[in-house]
Amino acid sequence: MNCPDESTYGNKADIISTVEFNHTGELLATGDKGGRVVIFQREQESKNQVHRRGEYNVYSTFQSHEPEFDYLKSLEIEEKINKIRWLPQQNAAYFLLSTNDKTVKLWKVSERDKRPEGYNLKDEEGRLRDPATITTLRVPVLRPMDLMVEATPRRVFANAHTYHINSISVNSDYETYMSADDLRINLWNFEITNQSFNIVDIKPANMEELTEVITAAEFHPHHCNTFVYSSSKGTIRLCDMRASALCDRHTKFFEEPEDPSNRSFFSEIISSISDVKFSHSGRYIMTRDYLTVKVWDLNMENRPMETYQVHDYLRSKLCSLYENDCIFDKFECVWNGSDSVIMTGSYNNFFRMFDRNTKRDVTLEASRENSKPRAILKPRKVCVGGKRRKDEISVDSLDFSKKILHTAWHPSENIIAVAATNNLYIFQDKVN
Amino acid sequence: MMLSKGLKRKREEEEEEKEALAVDAWWLDPSHPAVAQAPPAVASSSLFDLSVLKLRHSLRQSEPDLRHLVLVVNTLRRIQASMAPAAALPPVPSPPAAPGVADPLLASSDAALSASMASLLEDLSHIEGLSQAPQPLADEGPPGRPTGGAPPGLGALDLLGPATGCLLDDGLEGLFEDIDTSMYDSELWAPASEGLKPGPEGGPGKEEAPELDEAELDYLMDVLVGTQALERPPGLGR
Repeated sequence: MNCPDESTYGNKADIISTVEFNHTGELLATGDKGGRVVIFQREQESKNQVHRRGEYNVYSTFQSHEPEFDYLKSLEIEEKINKIRWLPQQNAAYFLLSTNDKTVKLWKVSERDKRPEGYNLKDEEGRLRDPATITTLRVPVLRPMDLMVEATPRRVFANAHTYHINSISVNSDYETYMSADDLRINLWNFEITNQSFNIVDIKPANMEELTEVITAAEFHPHHCNTFVYSSSKGTIRLCDMRASALCDRHTKFFEEPEDPSNRSFFSEIISSISDVKFSHSGRYIMTRDYLTVKVWDLNMENRPMETYQVHDYLRSKLCSLYENDCIFDKFECVWNGSDSVIMTGSYNNFFRMFDRNTKRDVTLEASRENSKPRAILKPRKVCVGGKRRKDEISVDSLDFSKKILHTAWHPSENIIAVAATNNLYIFQDKVN
Repeated sequence: MMLSKGLKRKREEEEEEKEALAVDAWWLDPSHPAVAQAPPAVASSSLFDLSVLKLRHSLRQSEPDLRHLVLVVNTLRRIQASMAPAAALPPVPSPPAAPGVADPLLASSDAALSASMASLLEDLSHIEGLSQAPQPLADEGPPGRPTGGAPPGLGALDLLGPATGCLLDDGLEGLFEDIDTSMYDSELWAPASEGLKPGPEGGPGKEEAPELDEAELDYLMDVLVGTQALERPPGLGR
């Protein structure tokens, strides 16, 4: 990929927990630990300001979820936004789903740029007029006003998840969506909030037999009856909702046999899949586990088509990463618009891109110390042993508190959004 | 947080045992000759201890992260399975006064142990049960379980064995020491501290849990599971 340039958007009060472009790439939404959603909009390109081509500016900010207290269980429910998913645009307004651990909400984001003026019974400040002063009748007219963007909650889908929601996915029929927690997946109709269909349930009769949880789920981009879900044991199940109401029996089961030479006590933990994404074409799925990204052909269940090492130098550090819990970090992965490049995050504010065609990969860093706005990003390299070259960083110097868990790729252009703790970075391909 | 450089600290400290990396990670080093051929055979007891610590910490959360919990439990089972065959020591002698010794209750209460662990996992389906079981301490004091060296730990494992599916070594009292039992003292349960022997270390009472005998242990579990199990309708497709 050619050298990207960078625009950064300043500190957020809270840690960013999800990033998502909408279907046209015009909007970029982020959710944070404080339950807020911030939406950025791409500026229209103008001939006057060529150098400001397509920058993203804040469009709307709203509080999506508040902390709640479950009195029955004496538990606080975190307001952190786990996922945001956009609906395809069908009219002037934008719709998105945002979810915390327990409740999914449908938000409508719409613009208001006119307001009615000339009421008969109210004055311009909205105060009631004394009827005795009204001597004429007039029709209120719409006059332009400063653009106001308002977000309103249109649906609240609550009380359907005992466990923590990790995924939401909008179906290609645009009428339904699913929400997945650790043990169950529910299917919703957008119009119905008091009822959902349970389509996957892996809760054992005795919880002491629990050995596996659901980690991510997604609908097929084109086939509205098909979805996949991944597990903490490194497996992916593809299900067809036409087969039965409760999709406990999968249609396909994807699992790679364990490599005996790499076996350790941490084998299961590092095989746990943290994200699963269909390619835009719908022919492949990509999975992220702790050390690798894998691309699977839907027609081949016994092993992935491609495996990319994200940070294999951590393999010898697993014990320490287990100790400090970093081994449980959940990284996401994304496809570019043409499914030719995949991207995922790592530590030390590094993120990695793999070109599936050329088999080349690059490590880049999202940090203000190391790059100025509009500067070209320099590829980074981690030195695993032996002599460290001048620009390399050694494994032991990596900062494991700086993790890039959430990234997004514009649906058609080479623009990426990278969340580094509480900073959002947007990188674009530089066109000379 | 950087990777540790191997600070040495007292084992009693609650903090993560960073020395585990420096001392015990040899089996993960791919260049180590013992590792090159075969997967690691035996985990050190510090990796086991670390996992038990994580399990307890996870269970203490008001709403445990199920994925974290399941992964830790599965890892712990692997570690325990690898340790059991290696623990060819004779069963630990009975007198509880012997330092660092696992208590005779363990020999006879394998079932109680597995039942107690099973109950704790069962409680995951009644999450509110976990929120009130072991009370989180304001300051995480030392774990308090007997830390008298590895051999007693392995000896205790010898008694437990993988067949029972137990996940604890002699740290049974360690699992329960954090429970605030003052609620149960007067009516439901004979005061726990009287008539019980101090912990093997003989340290300050706060640090070492009193030994529980078998009947009290079972009763405690009944109380925890019985009083805390508020039923929540499991079916969610409404």
